[in-house]
Amino acid sequence: MAIMQFREAIRAAMIEEMERDERVFLIGEEVGQYDGAYKVSEGMLKRFGPKRVIDTPISEAGFAGLGIGAAMNGLRPIVEFMTFNFSFVAFDQLVNNAAKIRYMSGGQFKIPIVFRGPNGAAGQLAATHSTSVESIYSYFPGLKVVAPSNPDDAKGLLKSAIRDDDPVIFLESELMYSMRGEVNEDPEYLIPLGKARIAREGEDVTIVAHSKSYWIALEVADRLAEEGYSAEVIDPRTIRPFDFDTVVQSIKKTNRCVIIDESNPFASVSSEVAFQIQQRAFDYLDAPVLRVTAKDTPAPYAKNLIEYYMPSVDAAYEACKKVMYVD
Amino acid sequence: MASKTRKKQQATQVDQAASQANGQAVQLQVPSKPIHFEQTFETYPAGAYTHEELGLSREDLLAIYRNMLLQRRFEERAAQMYGKQKIAGFLHLYIGEEAVSTGAAWSIKIGHDSVITAYRDHGIALALGMTANECMAELFGKIDGCSRGKGGSMHFFKAEKKFFGGHGIVGGHVPLGVGIAFAHKYKEDGGVCLTFFGDGAMGQGTVHESMNLAALYKLPIVFIIENNQYAMGTAVWRAFANTEFYRYAANYNMPGALVDGMDVFSVMKALRKYVALAREYQPSVLEVRTYRYRGHSMSDPAKYRTKEELEAKKKEDPIIRLKSYMLQHGLSTNEELDAIDDDVKKEVQASVEFAEKSPYPPLESIYEDVYAQPDYPFLA
Repeated sequence: MAIMQFREAIRAAMIEEMERDERVFLIGEEVGQYDGAYKVSEGMLKRFGPKRVIDTPISEAGFAGLGIGAAMNGLRPIVEFMTFNFSFVAFDQLVNNAAKIRYMSGGQFKIPIVFRGPNGAAGQLAATHSTSVESIYSYFPGLKVVAPSNPDDAKGLLKSAIRDDDPVIFLESELMYSMRGEVNEDPEYLIPLGKARIAREGEDVTIVAHSKSYWIALEVADRLAEEGYSAEVIDPRTIRPFDFDTVVQSIKKTNRCVIIDESNPFASVSSEVAFQIQQRAFDYLDAPVLRVTAKDTPAPYAKNLIEYYMPSVDAAYEACKKVMYVD
Repeated sequence: MASKTRKKQQATQVDQAASQANGQAVQLQVPSKPIHFEQTFETYPAGAYTHEELGLSREDLLAIYRNMLLQRRFEERAAQMYGKQKIAGFLHLYIGEEAVSTGAAWSIKIGHDSVITAYRDHGIALALGMTANECMAELFGKIDGCSRGKGGSMHFFKAEKKFFGGHGIVGGHVPLGVGIAFAHKYKEDGGVCLTFFGDGAMGQGTVHESMNLAALYKLPIVFIIENNQYAMGTAVWRAFANTEFYRYAANYNMPGALVDGMDVFSVMKALRKYVALAREYQPSVLEVRTYRYRGHSMSDPAKYRTKEELEAKKKEDPIIRLKSYMLQHGLSTNEELDAIDDDVKKEVQASVEFAEKSPYPPLESIYEDVYAQPDYPFLA
């Protein structure tokens, strides 16, 4: 084990997989000479050369499509979006080509590609630069969507994503890049996609939270513990496929659930999780499932407004108290 | 050979980087005199080439003739089957454009080089040697179709022919062609990618991005604009400020050429040159002027053009042109060519029977080929 930043763990995963498999390459805006807008790919151009670490123009549809075509023709691209907000410029490529070509070709072409980059709001960037995209991409059968919450998971999940024969949307929360944590250094350390992690065991309420929201869940669990309540915290790690079984098992024990998700609320990950819980575990619920999400608006710029917009520890704490019928 | 080319390539890239660094200061200065550019574009007119100079034997010509005729008869029958509601969805016919597909297919190593196109894809599929059976079965939505009944008319695929589809969104597949070419270069396998798209796609940003990337990375690709004069019902002059599409090549420092798409010899002459350039990592843009006899799709009565225009264009028919050429040069007889037509009609008729008999895909196949992962947990 080594202590690494989140960005270093992602880099380590890419380096290990590129050393293992010559078909893997990294392409995107500023990934090479500039060392990555968020320094995720720092030093990689020097290590692998311009054949395998490729700078692009600001041309999202072009280089996303290039990656898909290269994947169809036998390579395993990692495409970095400077932020997933810009992936909307390439939306057609991701949802019509990457997601559907395998199906429409009757299985003749596989698309082993990873689209990765920062996701969600990062402070005061205003509406165009603050979208959480997990529910948008997980809408499309054919795509897999992964959203790790810590450096170790980021490494193990990204290595699995690169080796996966399906297209994977790999979402990195922008504010987590400098977060440090212990990371497994075994080059064969792989975390399977679609398997949730029970981060903390508890009896009184289940909190489901991925990516940055996971850290809110831990804080809430701590606060509840001080008051004598034990929260079970589940980090789904993968949004599509989603490990509903682990969540349902937990709810059978706690009978209550709160979902924390930075996305806008309408038709979001939390909507689907809540629906699946009522379908699979209705008889076990002692309270309606609650969720804590971003507000149902575009992300604002003003400091007080963006703070109010994002899901907070306080709001998540209140939601837990509510489903437990405390106070 | 490949590595030698590659070294040359790398050297060129280094030179370019150096000249760019030096050029920065120059670019900052605005010259006092007007800037004047000159650009040359090759043309490949109809009737300019003989089979001898293309190195085509009598047997080659017969095969080319048969292939174009197969596309024609296949689509005539497909239109009929659409009328009988045996075929559903959109059906975009290629009739009139067969010289483009056949000329292109005869200019590459099929199965080694790659091809990708838009939704008017039956012609190129048959030109690459896909069978009438698998193509007709796909139109019927049957399990023996080339895409197992999941793609339909707009989404033919054949991995073993390196035919990367059949794509339904205008301009959306053009970046994929760039990626396919990128992989050829990355693997140093000597392959090139022919990327076909229509005049309508020239209005899409993806085409601009693709041309820039291909030229920037020196990819083995030929962009082939099949200019059939109409994007759905909109004539090119109503949609484009500049309708001379070959000229777009100049914006990306690529060679561009204008080709008559009603003559299979002209198409082959041009393609051979630009495929060879692509093998040396020089991408290019070919505008191939052609004409579709039918509407955009079966639902389009094509009222936006006159009968006279259509009849005039039919006089340039690529199949009749080749037939006349062979007769004039004593390379074949009317009887021999009629026999080929009979043979083709039988093959197409047999494909209809094959498609009729082929079963629909089993319902459980709806979950197949969404993911490579065999145990993907679909929501019920």
